[in-house]
Formats: sequence, C-alpha cells, structure tokens
Amino acid sequence: MTVTATAPPAADERLGKPRALDQLVKRPEIGAMLGALLVFLFFSVVTEQFLSVGGAATWLDDASMLGIMAVAVALLMIGGEFDLSAGVMTASTALVTALLATRLGLNVWLSLLVSLAFALAVGALNGWLVMRTGLPSFIVTLGSFLALQGLNLGVTRLVTGSVQVSGMRETAGYESAGFLFASTFQIGGTSFFVSIIWWVLFTVVASVVLLRTRFGNWIFAVGGAAQNARSVGVPVVRSKILLFMTTAFAAWLVGSINILRYASVQANQGIGEEFKYIIAAVIGGCLLTGGFGSAVGAAIGALIFGMARQGIVYAGWNSDWFQLFLGVMLLAAVLVNNVLRRRAERVRR
Amino acid sequence: MTPLIEVENIGKTYGSVIALSDVSTVVNAGEVTCVLGDNGAGKSTLIKVLAGVHQHDRGSFRVEGEEIRFSSPRDALDHGIATVYQDLAVVPLMSVWRNFFLGSEPTTKFGFLDRRKGREITRKALSDMGIDLRDVEQPVGTLSGGERQCVAIARAVHFGAKVLILDEPTAALGVKQAGVVLKYVAQARDRGLGVVLITHNPHHAYPVADRFLLLKRGRALGSYEKSEIGIGELTKQMAGGAELEALEHELRGVQA
Repeated sequence: MTVTATAPPAADERLGKPRALDQLVKRPEIGAMLGALLVFLFFSVVTEQFLSVGGAATWLDDASMLGIMAVAVALLMIGGEFDLSAGVMTASTALVTALLATRLGLNVWLSLLVSLAFALAVGALNGWLVMRTGLPSFIVTLGSFLALQGLNLGVTRLVTGSVQVSGMRETAGYESAGFLFASTFQIGGTSFFVSIIWWVLFTVVASVVLLRTRFGNWIFAVGGAAQNARSVGVPVVRSKILLFMTTAFAAWLVGSINILRYASVQANQGIGEEFKYIIAAVIGGCLLTGGFGSAVGAAIGALIFGMARQGIVYAGWNSDWFQLFLGVMLLAAVLVNNVLRRRAERVRR
Repeated sequence: MTPLIEVENIGKTYGSVIALSDVSTVVNAGEVTCVLGDNGAGKSTLIKVLAGVHQHDRGSFRVEGEEIRFSSPRDALDHGIATVYQDLAVVPLMSVWRNFFLGSEPTTKFGFLDRRKGREITRKALSDMGIDLRDVEQPVGTLSGGERQCVAIARAVHFGAKVLILDEPTAALGVKQAGVVLKYVAQARDRGLGVVLITHNPHHAYPVADRFLLLKRGRALGSYEKSEIGIGELTKQMAGGAELEALEHELRGVQA
C-alpha cells in the first residue's frame, strides 16, 4: 500500500463546532457522574462527617469492594451476558482459601493460587455452558449461583461443623498476603484500606482494555450483535468465556480481600450482592441488552452506592431509606440509558 | 483472462430436496453478474456455496481457474471472496470506524488500538468509494440502511476482496437509497472487482449488470449477456411470462 503524506483532512464544513454539552451526552457514564456529584453534595451539606477524611475513607472502602465487582460485571454486560453467581463466588473463593489454609495447613499464598484456579475454572464453565447451550446466561448462572450457594454451606458444615471458617491469623503467609490485599495506608493521619487502590487499578485496566485494545472492540461487538461479529471473524465464544472468567477473577480478588481483612468468612456471604453489581453497572450506563456501557461508569455507580449507604448512616437515618434511594436511582438510570440508546440506534431510512 | 469465479453444472441437495441443479455462470473482474429469481429459486443456495457456507455436491467450482471447495466462510474470505448480507452487515451501537475494522483492528507497536489510523483509513476508504460521512465516530445505527450497506461494501473492498457477493442489497431500501447502493456497486465494479448481485428486482439489476442468471425452482431458467436481452423480456422471464399474462387476464375479469 502506498501512503503519501498529506495534510490532515480539513474539518468537514457540515460539522458545526461540537458543543461541549453534546460531546458529553455521548459518554455512557455522564449520568452516573452527575448522580455522584449530587449525592456527594447532598450528604456533604446534610452531615458533618461525610466530607471529613475519615468519612471519605469509609465510603470509599464501601464503594471499592462493590466497585471491583461492578466493573467486571459491566464488562460482561457490555459483552451481552449476566453472571448471577458473581456474588456467591466472592464467598466461595474466600472459603476455598480459608479451608485450605486453616484445615490443610497450606501456605496462604498457595491457597490463594488454588482458589484463583477454582474461580477461573467456574468462570470458564459458566461461559462454556452459556455458549454451548445457547441458553440465556441469566438462567445458566442462576443455576451456578444456587449450586455454589449449596456447596458453600454444605462443604463448610461438613468440614467445620459450623457455617463459618475462621483462624486465618495463625496460618503461614497471612502477614505478607494480608499486606497485599488488606493493609491500610495513611493519608492525612487517616487509614485508607488498600482495597481502594485495587478498585482504582482494576477500573483503569478494564477501561483501557475496553477502549484501547482489540479485545475491547470485540467485547462491544459480541454484546451488540454476536452473529455479525462472528461473520467478520471475531472469536465470539472465546471472548465471552474470557469475560465470564474476568468476573470470576474479580470475585476471587474481593473474596481474598475479605478473608484476609476479617480473618474469617461466613458460608452464606455474598448472597444478594450479584444484583447490586448489576445495578451499579446499569447506573454507570450499561445497557441490559449489551453492546453499550463503560467501566468507569460502573466504578462511579459503585461510588454512588458507597456514598449513599454511608451517608445515610452519618445522617442518622434508618437504613431502610437506602433501598428507596436505590430503587429511584436505578429507575432514573434505566430511563436515561434508554433515551441514549434510542438516540444511538435511531435508524433513518 | 481467467474468470474470477466459474461454476459449471453445479448442484446441491439437502437430503432429498434438490436446492440447486445444473447451474452455470461466470464472474469476471470489473463485471457484475446478476442472479435473479423469485423466492425459493435457489439464489441463497448458490451464494452460500460461493461464500463457503455450504459445499456443492455436483459440478465444478473454479476460482481463478483453480478447482476449489471452501471449508468455511473464512476460507472463502481468504480467497478474496467477501459476502455482504443484507441484515448481517454491522453492529449498530458501535462507531463507523470500529465497525469498519472489526475483526481486523489496527494496533500500535504496544498492542493497543491505533485509533487515529483507524479513523483516518476509514474516512479515506469511504471517501474513495464516494461515501462522504460527516463523522466516523458516530454509531453505525444512526446511518441510513443504504449507508450501512455501503460501509460494509467499502470494508470488503478495503480488505482486499476480489469478488463481492451482495445478497439482496436493495431489498429493504427505498427507491432513492437503493439507487445510492447501486451506485456503489458500480463503483466497486469500476475498481476491478467481480460483483455477484442477488436480487429479485430486475429494475435494480438491469442498469448495473453485465450478465444475468435467471433461476427458477433450483434450475437455470436462462443465462444472458446484457446485449442479448432487454429489461421488458427480463421482467417477463422472471415473473414466469405466460403465468403473469394469465393472472393479468384473471384480475381484469374480477374488476369487470
């Protein structure tokens, strides 16, 4: 191919100078950003502690655990699938790690590796089942959700005689692994959990992959129109299975942070969380139908969650109000997303 | 000159159903071969064989003089035969340039998407085809049906297709949009591609085609060079000549 150096094409005269507002509206995460700003301002005014460094440390930590999962779930949703087993997976991975370390006396690092392999295998199985059967991932992962829930309780009770595993503090490697996953760092004399860094890191990596790599392009394509993507040579099955594995990886990360921070794990942890991940992703601009969304948006969706949940505590209100807030937020987000999608999909003949 | 594609007495059966039998035609570089036929005439079966979706059972299929049997659409693509399906063209929510490069994305030396290159090449490739888009960052879904077909055609041309198979490119389009798509078909032909145009509308076929293959019930009803047949005769043949006259007579009877 011969490429001659030419001056960059002059701007098309039919394009008016794009207004800043128009440019912003195209971003899927813009609604979440506005929402986060509103929630932030509201609780900053209404409560005293919210704006303090200590307050920020609390709601950032709350948001971080949810955020790691929400970002992974957002990628999967953009790829056109759901994972209802994601919440329970955070408990399963923690349980595997804890049982191996406390009962078999394995080094914590080795236990973490085994539970990572377990998580990736479950993720791959989820993906493979969905692709192989062609069934909606909603049903397939509902099955794995129930199965894992049963396994968590059953195996834990069988091994320990109770529904919790504790005693991590005495295991070999707990200190060093804890430093990586559950330590704190100081800013302005206040301790922040390292999970916040994991959250930011995970969001940045996910966003770069989504927007700046071939695989990211494929995620949008397999979620937007899988058949069309296949016909131009996109490996649809491989891409989707990788997305399920990414969600499982995130669940392993959150599970590891949990077990190393609290040194014990309840077998019924994580149940019901899966919907919160999906809600955060939707508030962040993901479409339920796939093909559209943002990793940063999902992280901001989780931030709204964390701020509202802790803000309500600071304000001294009953936490019942959080559910109301959540419902209104979700509906608003879905309505905004719907308008955006229609704008994008509008067909002129 | 060897034809790009040459099929001779080709046949295809699905179980006991004879979908195609004894069909022959050629596709030359810089020419449009038009496959005409009513629903169920075997048009789809023929292009599926050409595109590598199905394999033929009988007859010979040569690409640039070489006897061939494709194992997959990818295989056909590697031999320079690209197919643009009517509804399988693009991902609506993705931007024009991301669609254009989907599956063959340009990357920088660090493995990241080269977005600037992607946008520039897309804009250039589209404008070479005479498609003038305001903004290659807009979602493909905001384009008209005709424009979307054109993006798919431009993509096939850019990625080195020698033969372009278009499945009913004008079927869902309005008169004006259909005209636009036919213009790009002619454009591709003038750039030296062999084009196979499938349609059931002789008025769309006649202006751009060099050769017509009429199919009916899986058999070739006739094969004509453009010089051999007029549009009136073509329409009449397609509609089944005498049958249409009988129908017309009948309808007149109803009105009276």
